[in-house]
Amino acid sequence: MKIHLKIWRQKNAAAEGKMVDYDLDKVDVHMSFLEMMDTLNEQLILKGEIPVEFDHDCREGICGACGMMINGQAHGPVAGLTACQLHMREFKDGETIYVEPFRALAFPVKRDLKIDRSAFDRIIQSGGFISANTGQPAEANTLLVTHEEAESAFDSAACIGCGACVATCKNSSAALFTSAKISHLAKLPQGEKETAKRVLKMVTRMDAEGFGHCSNTEACEVKCPQGISVLNIARMNWEYTKAAVLKD
Amino acid sequence: MELDAKIPEGPLEDKWSFYKAHARLVNPANRKKLPVIIVGTGLSGASAAASLAEQGYSVQSFCFQDSARRAHSVAAQGGVNAAKNYQNDGDSVYRMFYDTLKGGDFRAREANVYRLAECSLSLIDQAVAQGVPFAREYGGYLSNRSFGGVQVSRTFYARGQTGQQLLLGAYQSLMRQVELGKVKLYSRHEMLDLVVIDGKAKGIIARNLDTGAIERYAAEAVVIATGGFGKIYYLSTLAMGCNGSAIWRAHKRGALMACPSWTQIHPTCLPQAGDYQSKLTLMSESLRNDGRIWVPKLTDEKRAANDIPEEERDYYLERRYPSFGNLAPRDISSRAAKERIDAGFGVGTQHNAVYLDFSKAIKEQGLDKVKEKYGNLFSMYKKITADDAYEAPMKISPAAHFSMGGLWVDYELMTTIPGLFAVGEANFADHGANRLGANSLLQACVDGYFILPYTIANYLAGELKAEKVSVKHPQFEVAEREVTEQLERLMAIKGTKTADQFHKELGKLLYDKCGLSRSAAGLNEAILGIQKLHHEFYTQLIVPGTAGEINAELEKAGRVADYLEIAELMCHDALSREESCGAHFREEYQTADGEALRNDEKFCYVSAWEWTGTDAAPVLHPEPLVFEFIKLSVRSYT
Repeated sequence: MKIHLKIWRQKNAAAEGKMVDYDLDKVDVHMSFLEMMDTLNEQLILKGEIPVEFDHDCREGICGACGMMINGQAHGPVAGLTACQLHMREFKDGETIYVEPFRALAFPVKRDLKIDRSAFDRIIQSGGFISANTGQPAEANTLLVTHEEAESAFDSAACIGCGACVATCKNSSAALFTSAKISHLAKLPQGEKETAKRVLKMVTRMDAEGFGHCSNTEACEVKCPQGISVLNIARMNWEYTKAAVLKD
Repeated sequence: MELDAKIPEGPLEDKWSFYKAHARLVNPANRKKLPVIIVGTGLSGASAAASLAEQGYSVQSFCFQDSARRAHSVAAQGGVNAAKNYQNDGDSVYRMFYDTLKGGDFRAREANVYRLAECSLSLIDQAVAQGVPFAREYGGYLSNRSFGGVQVSRTFYARGQTGQQLLLGAYQSLMRQVELGKVKLYSRHEMLDLVVIDGKAKGIIARNLDTGAIERYAAEAVVIATGGFGKIYYLSTLAMGCNGSAIWRAHKRGALMACPSWTQIHPTCLPQAGDYQSKLTLMSESLRNDGRIWVPKLTDEKRAANDIPEEERDYYLERRYPSFGNLAPRDISSRAAKERIDAGFGVGTQHNAVYLDFSKAIKEQGLDKVKEKYGNLFSMYKKITADDAYEAPMKISPAAHFSMGGLWVDYELMTTIPGLFAVGEANFADHGANRLGANSLLQACVDGYFILPYTIANYLAGELKAEKVSVKHPQFEVAEREVTEQLERLMAIKGTKTADQFHKELGKLLYDKCGLSRSAAGLNEAILGIQKLHHEFYTQLIVPGTAGEINAELEKAGRVADYLEIAELMCHDALSREESCGAHFREEYQTADGEALRNDEKFCYVSAWEWTGTDAAPVLHPEPLVFEFIKLSVRSYT
């Protein structure tokens, strides 16, 4: 198949960016979207041009590195996929495809489609952990966690930190990302103890990083490749209110 | 060079306790004066960094990814082994030790393997405390499943994302220490050289991948935790950025490489569909708990899988290995698949795959149960292939996966350069010639959480009085200059072939001649082919842009330059070992049934290789494997 691409090109964080047109033919329908980008880059290099920089690594939807707006949607038109799992069979022959970086104040563009998501790491380091030093824990089966609790905690813990939720949200809110970690740990007996302290710290850090507020549009859930539920946000708000009231 | 593995004296089950009881300690007040560099933030690197920081050491942690959470441990699916014997099915530390040693075809040290099994118990406790949501029974107890090469259920799992969940546990512990100021984390930094001063590892040279700046970092010890180099085959289950550069630079500075050719080719991956393909996605081995592997009995089979009647299917693993069946170890399963595919029974458009069939499991257990166990794997399969594996069998094929080989380390996980340690997949230690499923997450965690913190202290205790090294030391100047010159050299070629083109060519050559099966003739051809490619690389490579900015092509070129050298060493390694063992299958050495034929009389050793220069042949230093506690036997799964 043949496609027409309009890709965001930006030399560095300080430079102005613009959409640039590229034509690509002999695209195999079984190629992944990123393999299509590889093919384009290969051709650009051989023509003496500068290839398009984009984030990617595992190419199986779990590392959370890849992420781009494809035709205006985070990770492209298919629900439940990362960009690396999207295949060209989802597009029509001759289609024009728009490719842009995830955009948010807290995710500055580094170059082309590559962005800085270190704000996510700083939210986790503010409290997204259980304080258990190596060597301290007791025998694992002394702590009972029901099947349902474990499965529900897993649903929250499955977040890959790609940032599609932020890119999709009209307010660039990181509520889904932050709440998923708060919920994962709050749902487990071993994590529950630190919930109040954790939620206050993580929400404060999230706000300080320049993410917007959540206005409950639920768009984040729709575009989350791991299907993280907005109920996590409800839990975060509940835990935050509880912690804030009981703080003193 | 005499290799001393430093195995403690005494009975097998007391060695590690004895070591810990006698290792030197560093006074807590002195620990922050001892900076440690850890390269890599996967399970071994993140667990080591967090554990050392908790103890008070001042840690500098490096990864090439934009976040420590993205290291490729994240992609491990099936599970992590531990000899908890929660299933009351006859498991024990000794049995796990024996399974692992046998799984590795008796080409690993007894003491190391025993310690791995012993420490597996604490690892599960640690992970649970960190909030890893392992699968649970309804009453709340931990659940287990089986993996290849064993007859007990000792694998703990979190759906098909066990690696992700364990890594998040380690990552969160690491980030906690970052917040406390105990770890300084450098993401988007790639180690490009090791700095050795007066024979000891004292720092690294790293490139800031966002600015192109070449930076110097000094420390009292350096830990390499950069994983495996299976991406050398280009098509593999690894992430695009996985590479062998850190270990290779350490090797060129004097650290020996052990058994570099021992690569695990994983039997259950998605087959190659076209030349554009960038990776072969792994489908977890856990699928073989309930999936049955088969090919048609006819070579020119045109019918769809579901239309082929039962009696015309060849369940070749069940046929050849009745007692382990579909759960035969990975090396054996991959070779059996290759044998059928090469004989013309392969399925799919390229005739390069075998079927993995769940119809019996669905019939016996119900669709819902199969969905609950493997739902995410089936949906992953559908995402990539657009096929529904609940309706028709999956098509799978072997692909390069795990490096058993790596930097040679002694019992303390220290390389032949004092002060340079290697943990996790980056070292050669516990898996011998073939790794059992669900032992890689285990080894990475155990190295980082439970072993290195003791052994590195034993080393650092001797460095307290040593003169502190500054990055102004002339050796840092030399290393930085060499790094810069190499980057300039790559930029200056301005040829007509991209790094990926070279990588694909190298990968194909290596997979054909030094992959699932090897022969002296093929390996000699491969060495010549690699040398030719190496020459062509330095005359025909094209790298766009400049070295002083974000430049993914320059990163790739640097890694391929190292891969070309590693590949040659792999071929020398495979050529010198005139026996078949585990994943190393030499066509000249096989039984009448086509099984691996080991030669314990001549090759019961670890091959450790010394770098002697670009145009010189590598020098072999064998470390004899001494078996005091078990008897070597023919590894049989029939």
